[in-house]
Amino acid sequence: MSRASLIFGTLLAVLLPLSLLAGRVWIAPADFGPGNTLLILAELRLPRAVLAVVIGAGLGAAGAAMQGYLRNPLADPGLFGIAPMAALGAVASFWLAPMLPPALAAWSLPVMALTGAALGMAALALIAGRTASDAAGGAGGGIALFTLAGLMLGSLAGAMTALAITLAPSPFALSEIVLWLNGALTDRSWREVMIAAPLTIAGIAVLALAARSLDALTLGEEAARSLGLDPARLLALLVVGVGLTVGAGVAVAGIIGFVGLVVPHLVRPLTDRMPSSLLLPSALAGACLVLAADAIVRALPFVTELRLGIALSLIGAPFFGWLLLRMRRGRL
Amino acid sequence: MTLVAENLTLERGGMRVVERLSAALRPGEITAIVGPNGAGKSSLLLGLAGLLAPAAGQAMLEGAAIGAMAPRARAKAIGYLPQSPDIAWDVAVENLVALGRLPWRDRGVAAIDAAIAALDLEPLRHRPVSCLSGGERARVLLARVLAGEPRWILADEPLAALDLAHQLSLIGHLKLCARRADGQAQGVVVVLHDLAIAMNHADRVLVLKDGGLIADGPPRDALSPEVIAHGWGVTAQWLGDPGRMGLVSGG
Repeated sequence: MSRASLIFGTLLAVLLPLSLLAGRVWIAPADFGPGNTLLILAELRLPRAVLAVVIGAGLGAAGAAMQGYLRNPLADPGLFGIAPMAALGAVASFWLAPMLPPALAAWSLPVMALTGAALGMAALALIAGRTASDAAGGAGGGIALFTLAGLMLGSLAGAMTALAITLAPSPFALSEIVLWLNGALTDRSWREVMIAAPLTIAGIAVLALAARSLDALTLGEEAARSLGLDPARLLALLVVGVGLTVGAGVAVAGIIGFVGLVVPHLVRPLTDRMPSSLLLPSALAGACLVLAADAIVRALPFVTELRLGIALSLIGAPFFGWLLLRMRRGRL
Repeated sequence: MTLVAENLTLERGGMRVVERLSAALRPGEITAIVGPNGAGKSSLLLGLAGLLAPAAGQAMLEGAAIGAMAPRARAKAIGYLPQSPDIAWDVAVENLVALGRLPWRDRGVAAIDAAIAALDLEPLRHRPVSCLSGGERARVLLARVLAGEPRWILADEPLAALDLAHQLSLIGHLKLCARRADGQAQGVVVVLHDLAIAMNHADRVLVLKDGGLIADGPPRDALSPEVIAHGWGVTAQWLGDPGRMGLVSGG
């Protein structure tokens, strides 16, 4: 285990129990006991904390893998277009749910969001996969095309989501959609954990398979291929890995931005800067960040809870600006 | 052990860049590929490295088509050094060199140490690559190739952007690879722009123009004033003693 994994693993072990105490009502360790306190902990705060860990870990690992693949410290899993596609699926479910029997309606959101993510993955693989496997495609074609395909998917999904919002069937549905798009972990239960955890773990495992190939890309595409890298396999691993982690996150929590961008930056100076050394610590650090941010938003004394997605973007955007300034000074 | 191009035809972006080129390269020699800009030198190197699929004909290593080899087996046999690659992350020299072991899936400590020693990188071992000079960087990138212990080293203009002393030092390292006395002599194929370096240090020179060979042989024959006039459209003549010749051109 590397130093960075140790640091963020320890931090997570400290934060997890602490976060359980935080909320609109503070629970002191002395209050632990049977009855309501235990119920609140086991059924409300623990699943929410576990979900924060799962989603944060997925976003952190996906961000680290994306930055390695695009050889760019400013890459974000959102660039893939998978998150907007998952969000589009979720928004579509707000239209569909009223037409379904109640038993099915409860599942329509996560299922539709995952379907959106899967469609996004398939489209990406179709567009970018052709050049990745084409050895005669020329230098740089694969990854540049991949990024552009992701951006295209993202804008298309964004436009269709906006369309769905303007045509919302009722003001109530409208507010539901808008609220949901700004991700949050409010009132999540073990059900959401059951959906997101297996998919995220599978996604991180897939990304781990790509680790050494990402290292090879440090030298550029052609040198990496000369080292035996199979571009088509790497693309497939990345699309599936990011699709699973990001898709699972959006399916249960909505869009949570900036974690995938910010976390690898916090982690990188603590590692040897090889993309493979970044994956596990970024997963752990992402878990810490989302867990801490979620504990803070629910403890803030606002009438309506500050949405987690908004809070993280409020922190993330200025951080992004600071990164740009640092890059201009050539210290990145 | 030979690396053979057999009627090799290569295309890039729909353009034919190498046309029906045949040559058999031998290990233990430094083969220089020279030619005017756009002659197809880099493409030929990519084709020989198995990184550009032939449009017709084939590139073969020991009688087997390179395109049909498993990528890892090919990577173990052929080390490819692209022209001045940018290094995406600011990793330590040692870690960069270790990337050469990727096809072997081992830690390869001995091979990494040997590559670092061969290129006099021991003092820089733990330095981040962003803190290297151009000459140090070129040596580190070559060490990465050597760490993979390939039978063939294919380098695309490794001397570009190096000053005279560093050019000589790097070509010296490549010579050592081709002249290893332990029976493990490697084949070295190197794209060069500086004809004097090719003349003085290569064992064999391939002169490319418009995707075809216009000369192939020992440097004195392949780089004769007639060939230079044909290839580059420049009148030139060689001065000096063998091994230290200089090219004077004009008109």
